[in-house]
Amino acid sequence: MSGAELALGASVFIACAVEAVEALTIVLAVGSTRSWSSALWGVGAATLALGAIVAALGPALTALPIDALRVVVGALLSIFGLQWLRKAVLRSAGLKAKHDELEIFRAESQAARAAAARGGGLDAYAFTIALKGVLLEGLEVAFIVLTFGAGQHRVALAGAAAGLAVLLVIAAGFGARAPLARVPENTMKLAVGVMLSSYGMFWGAEGAGASWPGGEVALLAIIPGVLLTALALAWLARRSLVGALAR
Amino acid sequence: MSRARGVLLGAWEFVVGDDWRTALGVVAALALTALLAGGGVAAWWVMPPALAVLLAISVWRVAREHAAAAGPGARARAREDRDGEAGARTRDLHV
Repeated sequence: MSGAELALGASVFIACAVEAVEALTIVLAVGSTRSWSSALWGVGAATLALGAIVAALGPALTALPIDALRVVVGALLSIFGLQWLRKAVLRSAGLKAKHDELEIFRAESQAARAAAARGGGLDAYAFTIALKGVLLEGLEVAFIVLTFGAGQHRVALAGAAAGLAVLLVIAAGFGARAPLARVPENTMKLAVGVMLSSYGMFWGAEGAGASWPGGEVALLAIIPGVLLTALALAWLARRSLVGALAR
Repeated sequence: MSRARGVLLGAWEFVVGDDWRTALGVVAALALTALLAGGGVAAWWVMPPALAVLLAISVWRVAREHAAAAGPGARARAREDRDGEAGARTRDLHV
């Protein structure tokens, strides 16, 4: 496996693990308070929908000419990567609340108990909440799998990395029978943001006709550069917040 | 709202997110890269500073809004906290 493929697999794996942790919290909440079978039906339906999206759009994306594909993928990955980086920087600076899986679990469980009582058969509330949770969190992952995978014509590898992450998170969550509150989500989101932005700018510029000095070796400078920029911005934002409050 | 409009709006929010300026900046940087590369000029250097500046502007806008929203009341509380035992409260300040 080449370095680029390893980076692809690791990035998709981490991104998928973070989103899977968030989806798992919702499924655990409605499953344990309402109906496990209905929640799992919702998970199954969402998984099928996500699989269909990847299966339909994957071949369409990879059929594009390589330069056009890299411009499109580069732009999308850069935009997506900057969104992830922005959230990670703001959370690190204390300007945005960090994800608290235990708090989300408590809120979802409370809402599930307060919802109308279930009738016989499928519990519509548990089914809908589980479906929406998995679909919304999964869409982001499907998007990363598609764009990152298509950029290297490795959609299957990206899909396998995503599947492995989901299986591991499910195993850990059901083993612990509790939300995975100790997962360092912000650090993982920062890592994914760095990789998406780095590959996005690399492929985007290549697709637009630019040549990077050293070819793919340039990524060894781009990735640490993006990471340092994000860390420096988080430090500056923390300082400016403390400064604003102290004045 | 028609279903098609809803789908388009959802797709826009999903891809562009809550800061359209960043998305526009990425597209503009890629266009500049293509323009320079098309003219035979080295253009690899456009994207790294462009993305750094776009991220910085995006973070700065939120930090500025946050500082403005905090207002004089928050500053006074922060001063009290700093001088008292509840200093940890300011460190846990979240939106």
